[in-house]
Amino acid sequence: MPMPPEMKRYTRRLFVTMTLYGIALVGANLWFRHAPPSGLLAYGVAVLPALPIMGVFVVIGRLMMEMRDEYIRMQFVRHSLIATGITLSVTTAWGFLEGFGLVAHMQGYWAATLWFSGLGVCVMANAVREYWRARA
Amino acid sequence: MNNNLRTLRAERGWSQQDLAERLEVSRQSVNAIETGRYDPSLPLAFKIAELFDRAIEEIFVSPSKG
Repeated sequence: MPMPPEMKRYTRRLFVTMTLYGIALVGANLWFRHAPPSGLLAYGVAVLPALPIMGVFVVIGRLMMEMRDEYIRMQFVRHSLIATGITLSVTTAWGFLEGFGLVAHMQGYWAATLWFSGLGVCVMANAVREYWRARA
Repeated sequence: MNNNLRTLRAERGWSQQDLAERLEVSRQSVNAIETGRYDPSLPLAFKIAELFDRAIEEIFVSPSKG
């Protein structure tokens, strides 16, 4: 079955945002290493790598809006909610563990990594389940 | 929601993939509707009914009656 047009658009947008992320991450690191910015500029440069990641959330949101298959869309929304629940639970628990001095400090951006990982695991688990349903 | 989709599909000798292509949805959607794991939206239910040239209630069993 050919890839739906909305998935092609999603793949293209994701590629663009991840490429921008790579450029922003390397660029910001090099900037701070070789000519550390100061004042307001430092804040702007430091937040640069976060912008494409925010873009990825927009890309995912647009995919949800554009998906024409309502069942697949419903599943994707469900997976996103599960990923959100996992992320909020883990970061909340980690916050308390950190507060009591039991674990090291975790940078906030790991929340995005955790969310993407949770979404990935949900999508893969669902693909396996659908595969077995199709064979049943 | 219980339904007669599998029977209607079988009468025409269509696979789930055949029906999915006619409805412009995924095969997973057809499987989920047939097995009652997913209730289609009203527009999709109408599309299914029109494809089989039946009324919606001839395909889908009302939860209050089923």
